[in-house]
Amino acid sequence: MIQVEHLTKQYGPKTAIADVSFSVEKGEVLAFLGPNGAGKTTTMRILTASMPATSGSARVAGYDCFDNPREVKRAIGYLPEVPPLYTEMTVTEYLTFVGRLKGVEPERLPGALDRTLEQLSLGEVRGRLIANLSRGFKQRVGLAQALIHDPPVLILDEPTVGLDPKQIIEIRQLIKTLAGSHTIILSTHILPEATAVAQRVVIIHEGRIVAEDSQDQLSARLRRSEKVSLTLKSPAPDARDRLQTLPGVLSVHQEDSTTFLVEAELGHDLREDLARFAVRNEWGLLELKLVTMTLEDVFLRLTQHEEGVEAHP
Amino acid sequence: MSPISAIVRKEIRSYFVSPIAYVVASVFLLLIGLLSFLAVATASNRSLQMLRGQGSLPDLNLNDIVFRPVFANMAVILLLVVPMLTMRLFAEEKKLKTMELLVTSPVTITDIVVGKFFAAFTVFAGMLALTAVGPLALAPFAQFQWEPLLTAYLGVLLMGGLFLSAGLLASGVTENQIIAVILSFGGLLLFWLFGWAGQVFADSAFGKVLSYLSPLEHFEHLVKGLVTTSDVVYFTAGIVFMLFLTHRVIESQRWR
Repeated sequence: MIQVEHLTKQYGPKTAIADVSFSVEKGEVLAFLGPNGAGKTTTMRILTASMPATSGSARVAGYDCFDNPREVKRAIGYLPEVPPLYTEMTVTEYLTFVGRLKGVEPERLPGALDRTLEQLSLGEVRGRLIANLSRGFKQRVGLAQALIHDPPVLILDEPTVGLDPKQIIEIRQLIKTLAGSHTIILSTHILPEATAVAQRVVIIHEGRIVAEDSQDQLSARLRRSEKVSLTLKSPAPDARDRLQTLPGVLSVHQEDSTTFLVEAELGHDLREDLARFAVRNEWGLLELKLVTMTLEDVFLRLTQHEEGVEAHP
Repeated sequence: MSPISAIVRKEIRSYFVSPIAYVVASVFLLLIGLLSFLAVATASNRSLQMLRGQGSLPDLNLNDIVFRPVFANMAVILLLVVPMLTMRLFAEEKKLKTMELLVTSPVTITDIVVGKFFAAFTVFAGMLALTAVGPLALAPFAQFQWEPLLTAYLGVLLMGGLFLSAGLLASGVTENQIIAVILSFGGLLLFWLFGWAGQVFADSAFGKVLSYLSPLEHFEHLVKGLVTTSDVVYFTAGIVFMLFLTHRVIESQRWR
């Protein structure tokens, strides 16, 4: 549905994105993850055919973003970081205007309006001025304008930024319900957002893609060792040293008086051995869990070039 | 409904939900009303004086002594009022980031520029139409020719259109409405002064070019009842050129 190949955008001497390539399949949700200023918005603007790229190509729904901007714009619903709202209009007036702008036929417009209002639970505020709505409702109206012409592709730039936790959950829920019937790209610098809604993550840093994979595979790819967190009720004072002697153990890090982080060679699951060892020594085994790398760790490792960054639960 | 008419409707609507259209129209109409009253009062005084001096009712031409000064002054009022009508058209969209909605919608930049221009022009034409109350009120009591009056209105419409397109360009280059007003006012005044500068260098080709570039001379022809292709072409070409520049400015902002 979306193919981006070797996309580069320069603002004068500054390179905003360099050689960015990725693709998104129909019905897929892709998270575009990166710190502020990484090039997420630039990529999205190019995809919406509102900004030309310096080189490379981008195709949406089979149309080239540069050669067929009108077709691309018809196929896309775009929610910019700041929702583009005319606050002096009511919700209905605004969505009617956007519908006309997006080329929804007049006879289909009332139906499209009702469908969108229902989809985003905006019915109760349809007659209210946008200026008087809460931040969460404004964001939903922003999402509604992206959906009014029922586009196959949705591009959402930081859709939950500035919302309170309840509103964030609501918007994420909405995005999840839209997935499948729509192909979605969303950008975020908030890590749990990517894990909450996206099947695939593209990590962008300083204008370059540093990783692209499913969240699980990304973690697996970057994991260089297996880690197990072990919590004991009454460990012996020399527990750390004795754990170190177990076969396969690379290092043991004592987090606090009762918790140990045991690192083993990749592919070597220590949990069974550790459980047996703790029980045999009567240390009172309370908890034993495999520590997987969080997306946050993946992100930091990829973007900060810190070879020593370790995964922490 | 075409996207242009959606933009025109939205813009006209936003003129009337904010106080701008009301304030601008009120000030414009108040000044025109006062101007018309003064012109009629002056004409009336002059005719009384002539009546006393000659002992008979003089044959005064209302077109010359009332309408022409009113229209000549209306040009100055337009210079002040039109930038107020155009200042927010692009500046506000950029400031509030709603421009992003327009440029990511399946409309061309030409649609956006033309839509905004037509909206401002419609509001302006509506404002101007209300000034017709003056001549209509005078018609039962006085004799005058309607034709020069209509050409004068054509002149105001054309010059207003030119000012509006220049104001649209000024609004396109900034996201600050105050700067947009100052730019359009300054730019229009500059073109105004070209007429004066043209007189200073009247003998040279440069002076002739300057005079041609000033809207004043072309406007005066139309106010006198003289409709020439040259004047109409001047205004329409000026409007198209300003809209073209606006298009280029907005287009160039996509690249940044």
